[in-house]
Amino acid sequence: MNKKTTPITLTETEYALPGNRACTGCGLSIAYRHGLKALGENIILTVPASCLTVLQGMYPVSSMTVPCLNTAFETTAASASGIRAALKALGKEDITVIGWAGDGGTADIGIQALSGAAERNTDFIYVCYDNEAYMNTGTQKSGSTPKGAWTTTSVGGKMEHKKDMARIMAAHDVPYVVTVSPSYPMDLHDKFKKAKEMSGTRYIHILVPCPPGWGYDPQYTVKMGRMAIECGMFDLYEIIDGRFEFYGPSKKLAEKGGRKPIDEYIKAQTRFGKVSDETIAELQAWVDQKWATYRQMGYCE
Amino acid sequence: MTKVKENKVQSAPNVSIMTANYAAAEAARLAGVQVVSAYPITPQSPVVEKLMEYVNDGSMKAEFVTVESEHSAITVCISASAVGARVFTASCANGLALMHEQLHWAAGTRLPIVMAIPNRSMAAPWSILNDQQDSISQRDTGWLQIYCRNNQEVMDSIIQAYRIAEDVMVPTMVCYDGYILSHTMMPVEVPDTDKVTAFLPDYKPHTVLDPANPQNVNPVTLAEPRKNADGVLCHGYFEIRYLLQEAHLRAVEVTRETGIKFGKEFGRPYGLYDTYKCEDADLVAVTLGSIGSQAMDAVDILRDKGYKIGVLSVRLYRPFPALELSEALREIGCRGVAVLEKNVSYGYEGALATDLKAALFEYNVPVFAHSYCMGLGGRDVKTSDIEEALIKSHEYLDKPAAEQRKAQEWINCKL
Repeated sequence: MNKKTTPITLTETEYALPGNRACTGCGLSIAYRHGLKALGENIILTVPASCLTVLQGMYPVSSMTVPCLNTAFETTAASASGIRAALKALGKEDITVIGWAGDGGTADIGIQALSGAAERNTDFIYVCYDNEAYMNTGTQKSGSTPKGAWTTTSVGGKMEHKKDMARIMAAHDVPYVVTVSPSYPMDLHDKFKKAKEMSGTRYIHILVPCPPGWGYDPQYTVKMGRMAIECGMFDLYEIIDGRFEFYGPSKKLAEKGGRKPIDEYIKAQTRFGKVSDETIAELQAWVDQKWATYRQMGYCE
Repeated sequence: MTKVKENKVQSAPNVSIMTANYAAAEAARLAGVQVVSAYPITPQSPVVEKLMEYVNDGSMKAEFVTVESEHSAITVCISASAVGARVFTASCANGLALMHEQLHWAAGTRLPIVMAIPNRSMAAPWSILNDQQDSISQRDTGWLQIYCRNNQEVMDSIIQAYRIAEDVMVPTMVCYDGYILSHTMMPVEVPDTDKVTAFLPDYKPHTVLDPANPQNVNPVTLAEPRKNADGVLCHGYFEIRYLLQEAHLRAVEVTRETGIKFGKEFGRPYGLYDTYKCEDADLVAVTLGSIGSQAMDAVDILRDKGYKIGVLSVRLYRPFPALELSEALREIGCRGVAVLEKNVSYGYEGALATDLKAALFEYNVPVFAHSYCMGLGGRDVKTSDIEEALIKSHEYLDKPAAEQRKAQEWINCKL
């Protein structure tokens, strides 16, 4: 994979069919569609309870053309381990195994199984689509919900900052960790493709804007994803065998600066509607600290 | 010369002295298991340590996934079985309880996973010793349950379990008492590998996860039947679950047939239950697991004292062979039953007692049934304890029917 994929060279084959049950403007839909295009046909997916379960359709109708084993909420990585073990035992090792879970299924209830699979360097791709709360069950806070955000279980705004799952996975020394955004679908596609060509545990973290959960007009999903990156709330980078590298718009920020204050991003979403100036300042400090660490580590100027 | 020697080796039974844990591991190897996943727990650990040894020395061609919890162990088995591999795991007590969610998942997906369970008490308080509260608590997860009395039965039942499970497509637990069997050496006849291979047809999964034939397995399913894209009406959740129940009911016959066939092939026939000195018995001790072996000793002693008592050991507990057990007791012509078990459904009585009473009522067998709880948390069950329980129930034989009822009793409780 040397050349960047463009909308012209992107395969026309669809593995996620239109007319599925995703919400209007769903960020996951974009990520799922382009991710599957990169992964191709020879895959087996395993998916826990999540918005993706809904998107994939209710029995006996399915919205995708690749095999999928639905699995219990906390079991994604263990399920993938079982699929991988059986494929190995049956001599079908060319099939790529993918676990695709939400942020609750990853950062909260599924972190134990994921950590175990990563420690074993199980040969699979783990995808976390992070819409920053339990959106499928009606917007409850998760370990990945940012500070200050309203959810039905953080009605006064969440008190704690979000967990950094990509960093947690990097600490497992897995061969590949990458963060992607559906707002940059060609990059997302190519990172999935790159992951597919590697082996061992590969972790892909996607920040997916969620219109009903975040509270913005569905037409602004792509814009919302971009704004998150422009203000440094979410950063695009990959860690290959421990080597950290920014890419895309985050690389530009790292090299040339120009990171925006978070205010505009925060004010564009009703989930932060009642957030105090003090909390905004704390969130800004959290972002600044994260970037200070990048500098300290020599990842940026 | 060589040929004669070979024949001699083949015809002589291969008897080894081993624990039930090693018998379980050996059975999994003989069954050609392809994926093993397990997490250590006392007294199960020797099962998986032995299997790791087999995989490591190449005598077992299987993938061994060393996971971080029992929940993941059973999940690995579920997914591997869905891909088409024959799988095995073992656990007990809190580990088995941690699997609970996935036990339902395995049965709902109709995957013929076989699990060995060296029965152990549930915490709290902590106890690593034996009773059957762990597997009894998983009674309603949709798994078949077979209980063993000795190490030979463990070996033979695990082999049979694969044949039964893969016929009816229902996962199966083979339960044996922790320490009493799991860590006790007994002579066990080890079946010939080729004969076991011939006894077990290849595992053919009902749905294969295969990119060449993509399917979405276990998606959200509504209660009502629903049409697929081709307009064909497909099952709702209700129908899917009914089919599991139907498979369970069919498993009674499949278990019976498998036990007979095993007997023909290996010389040790098995049934749904086993009886001892029941022919003229007025009272029958009904048991689950190794307590059945001990009850035979108690019955021998009591018979010397003139009591006409027999033992009926239930082997297949789920599906519950209600008709077969009722007819067996009717045929024996006993007047009373004493159910001796190492579990309790808190707030009522022993699970087997309740099930048996319902069966006797259903099939109109006019005998009383008393429930005895014993051996919880590894409390030693002495032959004299069993004698005590049986004599107590024996005293009710000549009472009027209205006075034969007795509340559940805990034997050897030292309050």
